[in-house]
Amino acid sequence: MSTPDTDKQEFNITVYTENQIGLLSRIAIIFTRRKINIDSLNTSPSEIESIHRFNIVINESEEVVRKLTRQIEKQVEVLKVYYHTNADVIWQELALYKVSTDVIAEKVSVERLLRENGARVVVLRKDYTVFETTGHREETDNLISILQPFGLIEFVRSARVAIIKDSDGFNRKLREFERLEPGEDVIENEYLNQGQKVFTM
Amino acid sequence: MEVAQETLTTPAKITAVEVSGSVALLEALIVEGVDTIFGYPGGAIMPIYDALFDYNDKLNHILVRHEQGGIHAGQGYARTSGKVGVVFATSGPGATNLVTGLADAQIDSTPLVCITGQVFAHLLGTDAFQETDVINITTPVTKWNYQITDATEIPEVLAKAFYIAKSGRPGPVLIDITKNAQIQKFSYEGYTPCNHIRSYRPKPIVRTQYIQEAAELINQAKKPFIIWGQGVILGSAEQEFKAFVEKSGIPAAWTILGAGAIPTDHPQNVGMLGMHGNYGPNVLTNDCDVLIAIGMRFDDRVTGRLDKYAKQAKVIHLDIDPAEIDKNVKSTVPVWGDCKETLPLLTKAIEQKKHTEWINKFHDYTQQEVDAVIHTELNPTSPEMTMGEVIKQLNEITKGEAIIVTDVGQHQMVACRYAKFNNTRSNVTSGGLGTMGFALPAAIGAKFGAQDRTVVAIIGDGGFQMTLQELGTIMQSGIDVKIIILNNRFLGMVRQWQELFNERRYSFVDIQSPDFVAVAAAYKIAGKMIDDRKDLPAALNEMLSNKGSFLLEVMVTKENNVFPMVPQGCSVSEIRLK
Repeated sequence: MSTPDTDKQEFNITVYTENQIGLLSRIAIIFTRRKINIDSLNTSPSEIESIHRFNIVINESEEVVRKLTRQIEKQVEVLKVYYHTNADVIWQELALYKVSTDVIAEKVSVERLLRENGARVVVLRKDYTVFETTGHREETDNLISILQPFGLIEFVRSARVAIIKDSDGFNRKLREFERLEPGEDVIENEYLNQGQKVFTM
Repeated sequence: MEVAQETLTTPAKITAVEVSGSVALLEALIVEGVDTIFGYPGGAIMPIYDALFDYNDKLNHILVRHEQGGIHAGQGYARTSGKVGVVFATSGPGATNLVTGLADAQIDSTPLVCITGQVFAHLLGTDAFQETDVINITTPVTKWNYQITDATEIPEVLAKAFYIAKSGRPGPVLIDITKNAQIQKFSYEGYTPCNHIRSYRPKPIVRTQYIQEAAELINQAKKPFIIWGQGVILGSAEQEFKAFVEKSGIPAAWTILGAGAIPTDHPQNVGMLGMHGNYGPNVLTNDCDVLIAIGMRFDDRVTGRLDKYAKQAKVIHLDIDPAEIDKNVKSTVPVWGDCKETLPLLTKAIEQKKHTEWINKFHDYTQQEVDAVIHTELNPTSPEMTMGEVIKQLNEITKGEAIIVTDVGQHQMVACRYAKFNNTRSNVTSGGLGTMGFALPAAIGAKFGAQDRTVVAIIGDGGFQMTLQELGTIMQSGIDVKIIILNNRFLGMVRQWQELFNERRYSFVDIQSPDFVAVAAAYKIAGKMIDDRKDLPAALNEMLSNKGSFLLEVMVTKENNVFPMVPQGCSVSEIRLK
């Protein structure tokens, strides 16, 4: 399936799963088999006890993303998959920056740096300092370029976590999965998207 | 294992007894109705084989000659019996030898439960003898897999394995059991089959809205066309399908794995789809106004060039797997569901019709195909025999009652094109993966799965040499399989492509073969080679009436091509007759 690059954009794929060994690999290979790079992958508990949540970010066309989500949802231990554009989610990434305390104290107005970048100091030692900031990619990138001239020793950024803006009802549907016999409402993913005339999950 | 097994084989809860993981496994198989296991022992699965020694009267274990043969036999068994095929293999090379069969079963939706032995749990990840990461190797080619390291998990995991393998869209499941878990004794409380996994929805609740929308399209259609696949057979919906076809009056064509769901001779059966399918079904795909796809997945060998496939038609797609809907061909109305449930609803909602004129159009194309291809293929005047005339002769004797197992290549296309199928579950072939070497072991399994039927394996000279060691399995098990080798002394399908597309540069397709009849004789299997047309009927009769297996080698034309053909990258309407 070749689609022009212009169709591509960042999509946030949210996968609700059982917590099972091997599932990460089962999900990851759905992307690698199609030679699709995973930009970010986070696993965490969800709002429901014992149900796990993956947040996956890829840069692809919606057509491809829709097919991928169906393949993911087909896996036995996956309960539900949703995909959203960046506009549909609230998302954050956390970044840590390690710099030499000597250099930073001498050459930078630390107070201004913290204020302007919404950063905070996590560790302050004689030999090094660790800053932390949380935000979108541009924001965490921005602090890299600010600190780079002062000898940034180490940088690391977390995977993205995202909350779905319009998640009313998802939780209810997930809880439905706990029931032995599904109700009509849990089988929500076979409706024909009348507007776009597509079969959606 | 001093336990009294008679008291163990009970599905209901029993007073807990101490048993080993191995015994719990075999008990699970019995409760699941397993009667036949195809397997090969080895170090890491020895405790299971030790337990099996006492279960000889309940479980028929067939010792194969290679694990690949074992899993293909399991596939053949599953395809003819409709039950779950069960395969045993040891760790390391035993397990990796299953991979081809798993991939084949995955793409052809064949229900299997494969049990592999694994090294002791404390040795996992230490590069121990015959240790390999079976779970990760098999993840892309299984519907589900799981590693058991503790015997107490066995009943529950096996129950899940069988449920997952056979429910929804079927597929292969692999359970890897470490040796310590096979040996470990635990308090066994009986086996309860699984019927629910909360994260798994094997089939949806059918929404009538789509049935109505589909029925409206069908009722308004002037040139509707049904294309069906193996989903009809996997869903045991042959009767429901036939009722739908007959009430709608719509012509219907099949994918290679759908063959036999309704008889070849059914008046509305207009033939085979795809690259080497029939002329009419391919050309008229691009002429119909409503295309009704039932339990098929629009494989590229069926659709040809996608952007020129049925663009004029409204598409109704019935499938149990939502990932198949809109995957390759966009549907106008998706009917997601088990066709055993959706077809009767659809049949009820449509008007009784006859599309005589439209069906006649298919017959016109059939006549063109007969004139250009079929007549000469089935009634050749050349001194050498054609593959097609062998199949025609076979039809005349078996009358379409036999199970036909094919390998992969020219003979497969010819057999599927010309073999007559009166019954469902009669065509066993490697469709999606195209696994050469499939037919011989699959035929063994097919016979175990349908012991009262005649099983004829039709194999090329190339494919036969890939798994011919399974003649040993035939010899030892005494199973009755008829084998026809259509020997054209070439890897014929590749040769055909080289002729048509690579200017006859025959690169490594000229394959030499042993004396197949002598090889069969070495395995105590009767056989005969013929190279003269006049011997064909008698030889086929001798083969079919022989008590026990028989190998018939038929020398056929060296450079015959299978036509019609949709060249790769071309639209189905660009199908060539020569």
